[in-house]
Amino acid sequence: MTALELLHVSKTFGDGAAEVLALRDVSLKVEPGALVAVMGPSGSGKSTMLTIAGSLEEATSGEVLVGGHPLSAMSRNERAGLRRRSIGYVFQNFNLLAGLTAAENVAMPLELDGVSVRVARVAAMRALGELDMAGRAARFPDELSGGERQRVAIARAVVGERRLLLADEPSGALDSVNAEAVMRLVRSACRGGVAGVVVTHDAQLASWADRVVFLRDGRISDQTAPLAGPESLLAPGHRQ
Amino acid sequence: MSVPHALLALLSEGPKYGLQLREEFEERTGEVWPLNVGQVYTTLQRLERDGLVEADGAGAESQHKRFGITADGEAELALWLRTPPDLASPPRDELVIKVLVALRVPEVDVPEVLQAHRRYLVQLMQQWTRIKEDGDEDDLGLALAVDAELFRLDSVIRWLDSAESRIRRHPVTQVKRAAPLPKLRRATGVRR
Repeated sequence: MTALELLHVSKTFGDGAAEVLALRDVSLKVEPGALVAVMGPSGSGKSTMLTIAGSLEEATSGEVLVGGHPLSAMSRNERAGLRRRSIGYVFQNFNLLAGLTAAENVAMPLELDGVSVRVARVAAMRALGELDMAGRAARFPDELSGGERQRVAIARAVVGERRLLLADEPSGALDSVNAEAVMRLVRSACRGGVAGVVVTHDAQLASWADRVVFLRDGRISDQTAPLAGPESLLAPGHRQ
Repeated sequence: MSVPHALLALLSEGPKYGLQLREEFEERTGEVWPLNVGQVYTTLQRLERDGLVEADGAGAESQHKRFGITADGEAELALWLRTPPDLASPPRDELVIKVLVALRVPEVDVPEVLQAHRRYLVQLMQQWTRIKEDGDEDDLGLALAVDAELFRLDSVIRWLDSAESRIRRHPVTQVKRAAPLPKLRRATGVRR
């Protein structure tokens, strides 16, 4: 089953003379285990696309299916439940709660979903452990480095049974080595069956994806071909 | 890539055989630059002629000789490491020329031309990133060599992005195709 499907999605903000067409007839399919990057300049609609895919915002027209379920057929409460259980978000500025420890931040979406504190903590510690952060679980966000904070944010995004990971410029202001570490974690989550969508203007980040979709003026204008094998680069004289 | 200096660098660790040098060269460069063994022996002969390396086992076949770096070789290596490569002269970049030409060709969709190049570059970057991902994370040589390619390709994409933004803001309109010349009536001499 397709993890995420956008069908002819359009989004308009404002009306009359102030109307802005942020997305125009966008269709996109992401299978489980795949990582898709959406590239485009500022104002191209990529963040809007991500918030609509994650049901944080509603499309003006078109349909979004998460795990085969159309969002339009769900009540507000059902959508909130879907966000807590199935969708993980990673934001540019991490969005960790300053008053909670790393473990509490990661456990929070499960606790909000009614999972017992004890079970949620066990799941949080497992997710942090997979990101080599078990030793920092009791630290508060301001006691962590930028790279560590982003690891906590990723652990929170993949904790439990989440099947869809949505990331908006997930490397934030990290240096390139830490940004690479973030993308390795995202790839690793995808290898475990999670479908990932990363929106970014950064080609180095996008190059971790299986497929790169280019957004221009709210439309998908182009996408990369299926990935050729690396042997073509290593063959002598590959440069013309 | 300067193969002679890379070999001098490997020999600065101690004397080595030609085959060993080839293996270590590929290993240290993350196998990104393949090197054939004939190239290694030809280079070693030149280095020996110039007094930068010396061989033990005089008179033996090249593959049975062990090569060591000389004091002159060490001085040459130290000088080369600190000499910046020639990046100063403006390159006659084919991509830049194509974009400049595209601006002058009537009715060409320049952003579409830019996107064709951007897509190709991103695909190349995906391939390099996959090499890094599939490689050993502790392989420093591979990571550095692949990063160099990624940064180089990324800088070209940034230039394309900047070019597109600049072209969009520029007040000049796209060159329009001139009206076609009126068709000349064929002078057949036959009255209709």
